[in-house]
Amino acid sequence: MKYAQLVFTFLLSILAFYLLNTKLGSVPPIGKFLNPAQGIWKNETDETISGDIQIEGLKDQVTIHYDEHLIPHVFAKNDSDLYRAQGYLTAKHRLWQLEFQTHAAAGRLSEIVGEKAIEYDRQERRRGMGFGADNSLDKMKEDPKTLSYLEAYRDGVNSYIKQLAPENYPVEYKLLDYKPELWTTKKTALLLMYMTRLLAGGDSDLEYTNALRLFGKDRFDLLYPDFYDVNDPVIPKETDWSYIDTKITETPQSELPLDSISETMDKPHPNNGSNNWAVSAEKSYSGNPILANDPHLSLNLPSIWFVMQLATPDHNAFGATLPGALGIISGFNTHISWGETNATRDVLDWYKIEFKDETKKRYKFDGEWKNTSVRVEEIKVRNQETITDSVFYTHHGPVSYDENFKGKVGKEGYAMKWIGHIGGNNQRTFLELNKGKNYDDYLNALKHYTAPAQNFVFASTEGDIALWIQGKLPNKWKGQGKFLMDGGKSENDWQSFIPKEFNAHIKNPDRGFVSSANQHPVDQSYPFYVFNDGYETYRNRVINDFLKSKEKITIQDFKDLQNNTYNLKAFELLPYMFANMDISKLNKNEKEVLNQIKSWNFYSDIDQMAPSIWDSWWSKLYTIVWDEYDLEKVALDKPFTYQTIYLLKNYPNDDFMDIVDTPKKETSEDLFLITFKETVKDLQQWKEKNSDYKWKDYKATYLGHVLQALPAFSRFDLPIGGDYNTVNAASKNHGPSWRMIVEMTSPPTAIGIYPGGQSGNPGSKYYDNFVDDWAVGNYINLLFIQDSESAKGIIATQTLNPKQ
Amino acid sequence: MSKNFLNFIITIIVAIILSQFLPWWSVMIAGYVTALFFSLKRVAVFLVPFMAIFLFWVVYAFWLGNSNNFILAKKIAILLPLQGNAYFLLLLTGIVGGLAAGVAALFGKQCSLLVKR
Repeated sequence: MKYAQLVFTFLLSILAFYLLNTKLGSVPPIGKFLNPAQGIWKNETDETISGDIQIEGLKDQVTIHYDEHLIPHVFAKNDSDLYRAQGYLTAKHRLWQLEFQTHAAAGRLSEIVGEKAIEYDRQERRRGMGFGADNSLDKMKEDPKTLSYLEAYRDGVNSYIKQLAPENYPVEYKLLDYKPELWTTKKTALLLMYMTRLLAGGDSDLEYTNALRLFGKDRFDLLYPDFYDVNDPVIPKETDWSYIDTKITETPQSELPLDSISETMDKPHPNNGSNNWAVSAEKSYSGNPILANDPHLSLNLPSIWFVMQLATPDHNAFGATLPGALGIISGFNTHISWGETNATRDVLDWYKIEFKDETKKRYKFDGEWKNTSVRVEEIKVRNQETITDSVFYTHHGPVSYDENFKGKVGKEGYAMKWIGHIGGNNQRTFLELNKGKNYDDYLNALKHYTAPAQNFVFASTEGDIALWIQGKLPNKWKGQGKFLMDGGKSENDWQSFIPKEFNAHIKNPDRGFVSSANQHPVDQSYPFYVFNDGYETYRNRVINDFLKSKEKITIQDFKDLQNNTYNLKAFELLPYMFANMDISKLNKNEKEVLNQIKSWNFYSDIDQMAPSIWDSWWSKLYTIVWDEYDLEKVALDKPFTYQTIYLLKNYPNDDFMDIVDTPKKETSEDLFLITFKETVKDLQQWKEKNSDYKWKDYKATYLGHVLQALPAFSRFDLPIGGDYNTVNAASKNHGPSWRMIVEMTSPPTAIGIYPGGQSGNPGSKYYDNFVDDWAVGNYINLLFIQDSESAKGIIATQTLNPKQ
Repeated sequence: MSKNFLNFIITIIVAIILSQFLPWWSVMIAGYVTALFFSLKRVAVFLVPFMAIFLFWVVYAFWLGNSNNFILAKKIAILLPLQGNAYFLLLLTGIVGGLAAGVAALFGKQCSLLVKR
């Protein structure tokens, strides 16, 4: 009996240990997790920002001043120490995110979250993310300076990780019960690939091939034109291109394979984009050029941006950094300022591959059999066996789709040709911009830049403003890469790249400003082929009209423009709908709602109801117009917004306006009425469940934690206006991820804000302290410290010393 | 001094010392070891170490959280889910630590009986 109790209590102890020490489903190991000595209670604190710290490998002392926003102002004696300190500080404030993003890029999330990420991981492997990162790292290694800074950054991150006791791991590690691993130079390459995927990883080639097959060429061209009937391009229409002496690639006479595929890989968020602009000295209220940038990305916590000042005796830069990459990405230094918007070019194409046999060892190319290579992807899965996936590579790139991945059984596959695989030293561009002094330095910095192609806006204290569309861009024949191509013929390959000096650009234009908002880069007169890859058509016109309308531009104008919620899209469609809808068929309630939206001033402001009516109405209308696209087992991309509205207004009786499921043949006027009635019904229901459908409540913008938007670490119901087509492009979970305005005084004066906070720790008051100001359009003054001895605006100072 | 009180104090002291260099299960060791040397009777075998570690963890956690306005505790209390109430999280913390120590103490008591026999 006694022994039975002994055994029983022993087993009970073991069970208690097991249950409290093990992650069970999504429940963290609760004993470990709640233990005050090492668990999450240890994260109830801000990061230490004072004192002396010893760091291995530093050459000299580095001083870090923190201002009231927890922005570190780093003063190093040399570049190597500077980037070592950047790595150290990024890890200190953003370690979990820093690592998680590169795991996501590499397709390694299954290691952390288990089997539910296997499909995601496979997809990233099939996309060739690791392959591209390897190639980029090779390119970066060709430049000894870039390499030495990458290594300094790596060692800085690792100095932080190595001294970190488990009790001080960021809370996400404790929640998911795993450990940080050491940083590598490849992880920087992976982070840059992550950005390339985000901004240049989209295409519709296979979907368009299906659309071409289903609808025919004439219909296709109507649905997906290369140019819309309006175009206010990044580089103004009047630009003279006669200096370009390189010819566009000639169109070969080959046939398109009209294949079908039922499912394609995830695409980047369609709203990923940005605004930037700069006004000249003459147009500026003060005689100093002014520059602005606001990149639009998914709204997450911790923010994708981390703001820093990075100074050595040689250069002094300030702005937004990307955890994992070196230097300032969007910012300014003593002499120049710069910012990016996505240039959205078609740099991803698909080629149909014919293998010789099932072994996939050879594929047909110009009548011969060419060898493939194979990359064996090992996907480690938490608590499970490792999965291997063999991806075959042709000279185009990885055969992403084959019988093992969304493709067809047999000897065929689809190979991906992507600028992201080519490799490039994109890091060097930013390192050089950080120390640039003038327009020529800016030009030299850009020449290393490969992808994702960006509209780099520029302003200098010397008074220059400019904008270059920079990236390595294939010189395509007219129409190349719109559809799947035959990968067995060399004539279908990318033949050459547009020489850098012929990339579209503009410097000090007469109109006194430069701007970009992801619209068409050029008009038809540009000699090279530019395919409409989903160009924005609203923000750009609002921005340009605003800048043209004012003689002199002030900082307040810049703020107003960044926070502008004027809904040009609604303005271009609603009056037509009001005029062409059969209003006699509306009941009293519906008429009331109609009057509500009829009296709208077209600003998507938070306290108005009309933007909610518009949002619901438009999304229903768009869905019903393209009901022909709801086919099973065929991947299709619906036409873009602008063209949809164009068709509604100019082709009201087109076959696409018909609703397939009804016997009647509808016109666009019918659709307006049907969708309006549905909208009223939906809004009534919404109102009963919630409150008035004010835009703020109806849109309910939120910042989701990077880990599946864990509600506990996210922020909800932010009072911000706008939608995805307004200059203030804040939609539900996407929008201005960093807003910056820089006046080129000497030294520059700048303001900025981003939705988040400097600390990655949900237990810190600096985790989300910018959010409320960001939502209402406030900015913080960016304290550009000139003298490292200055104490003005500093709340604490930390010194990094070389380890003896 | 009553045996219960002695056990209570010793459990806390051992737990505090071990927590400096051992993971969370140091409280199980504290409960176990104390039960070996300061044998209690009946329900006290479990309850005294339970109360000891409950108190230790709650006070320690309160001290850490209070200095930071319980910013994180409130969020963890949404995650777990405890209605975003930091006090519920404190309570849970104490119960978890107390349970672990109490269960280990039951085993310790049985081991001490074994030695005596």
